[in-house]
Amino acid sequence: MLRPYLAILGAQLRILLQYRAAALAGLTTNLVFGLIHIMVLEAFYASSSAVHPMTYPEVVVYIWLGQAMIGLLPWTMDQAVVAAVRSGNVAYELVRPVDLYAFWYSRALALRIAPVLLRAVPVLLLAWLFFDFRPPPAPVNGLAWLAATFGALALSGALTTAMSITLLWTISGEGLARLFPTVVLVFSGMLVPLPLLPDWAQPVLEWLPFRGLVDVPFRLYLGHLPAEQLPALLAHQLLWSAALIGLGYYLLHRHARRLVVQGG
Amino acid sequence: MLNALCLYGRYIDISFRSQMQYRASFVMLSVGHGLMTGLEFLAIWVLFDRFVSLDTWSLPEVALFYGIINIAFALCDACSRGFDLFAGMVKSGEFDRLLLRPRSTALQLAGQELTLKRIGRLSQGLAVLLWASHALQLTWTPEKLLLVLLTIVGGACLFYGLMILQATLAFWTTESLEIMNTVTYGGVETAQYPLVIYREWFRRFFTYVIPLACVSYFPALSILDRTDPLGSTRLFQWLAPLVGLLFFALCLRLWNFGVRHYRSTGS
Repeated sequence: MLRPYLAILGAQLRILLQYRAAALAGLTTNLVFGLIHIMVLEAFYASSSAVHPMTYPEVVVYIWLGQAMIGLLPWTMDQAVVAAVRSGNVAYELVRPVDLYAFWYSRALALRIAPVLLRAVPVLLLAWLFFDFRPPPAPVNGLAWLAATFGALALSGALTTAMSITLLWTISGEGLARLFPTVVLVFSGMLVPLPLLPDWAQPVLEWLPFRGLVDVPFRLYLGHLPAEQLPALLAHQLLWSAALIGLGYYLLHRHARRLVVQGG
Repeated sequence: MLNALCLYGRYIDISFRSQMQYRASFVMLSVGHGLMTGLEFLAIWVLFDRFVSLDTWSLPEVALFYGIINIAFALCDACSRGFDLFAGMVKSGEFDRLLLRPRSTALQLAGQELTLKRIGRLSQGLAVLLWASHALQLTWTPEKLLLVLLTIVGGACLFYGLMILQATLAFWTTESLEIMNTVTYGGVETAQYPLVIYREWFRRFFTYVIPLACVSYFPALSILDRTDPLGSTRLFQWLAPLVGLLFFALCLRLWNFGVRHYRSTGS
């Protein structure tokens, strides 16, 4: 039953893995941006003797993980889906003997996995060799990180597909979906590690789904969140994913019944 | 020369009118662009909220650096869309058409589009700059006003030079070199903070290789009336923005060199 979706996932992955030169340029960009962020934080840490929610060496690891996993963030839409909705070809997809939501979701997963496969290993390797990236304190933290990364992937796919579904109302792909990356960057921890955000904001940040994308896996890696909390954190990620998938599935299928196809 | 300016004016007029056809879309794009680029200031604010100070620098002082570099980059970004599209034109062979016209290629590319949505970054940068000036209670003497304008123009020229350089490289590579993003977007990111906080090799790179410090750090010290921990003199700080103009002129020369060696991809 899963076979067609795995095939979609595999085909899409192979397409995305073709662009190796672009990946090399991206690698350099990741390293430079990571270094700039680290130097800025180094200067901030050097000018304050107070105790902070996260130590400087932990922040360095957090930033490198961020540069390695940046492709996992749901901040762009699947351009093929955008084009299909705009041109009206989405009608063909309704004819196919697959579920449209599962089809889009599989594509979204591939879109998020491919850049990470290309980038994570070289970024982390170079950062480990030259720029103070450290392995997790114990194997159990590494495993917890890996598990939470799969949770993050499920969540990212659900958020990407949710963005695609808003297209059915706005067509142009602007508006809601355009403001979305801003929200993701701030509330996931990619802009500034979440523990460094003001203390009064922490309860809200913990409740929102976005920390499951970045902050949760990274802090599990660091042992900043103990590995024993993994079940609860995974549940947070998966419950949000399930809720987003359920809502997306419902909206998409309700809308598909009275779909107005563009074009002529 | 005058004729070229008139032509550029016409290009801009056409570009302006075409983007104004979709007014709602323009507003939405500008707001989105402003929010997205304004996030960087949110990050700065969050870090100051947590750490209180950055070496001897306060939040309003860093805001001044932030405002200047963002305004400069927004101005450049709005006018350089043509150079951004250039690699694609080489690949498709479309650049040949530009060569047939009796006007310089740089002018034609510069006139491709005036990207109006960049007003998003421009206005958030301006807002931050005004807030900084208010919070620091800066007195704007005519000389200082002149210096800040010169710095912004110098910065815009420096970034424009980098855009031209990126396009020039495409004469040989036919691919757009995204590696240049590290000095354009990365440069904006860097110059949002006083250069002195960075490690030495990094400071050297953005002073001597890409003279970014000349259009942000050095003149900003004069505006803030601070002495330079790195030891530059006031006279140098005043003349430094001119380096941005020189850099632009140098890149334009390289561009013309590239045009002479252009070989169409053909088909």
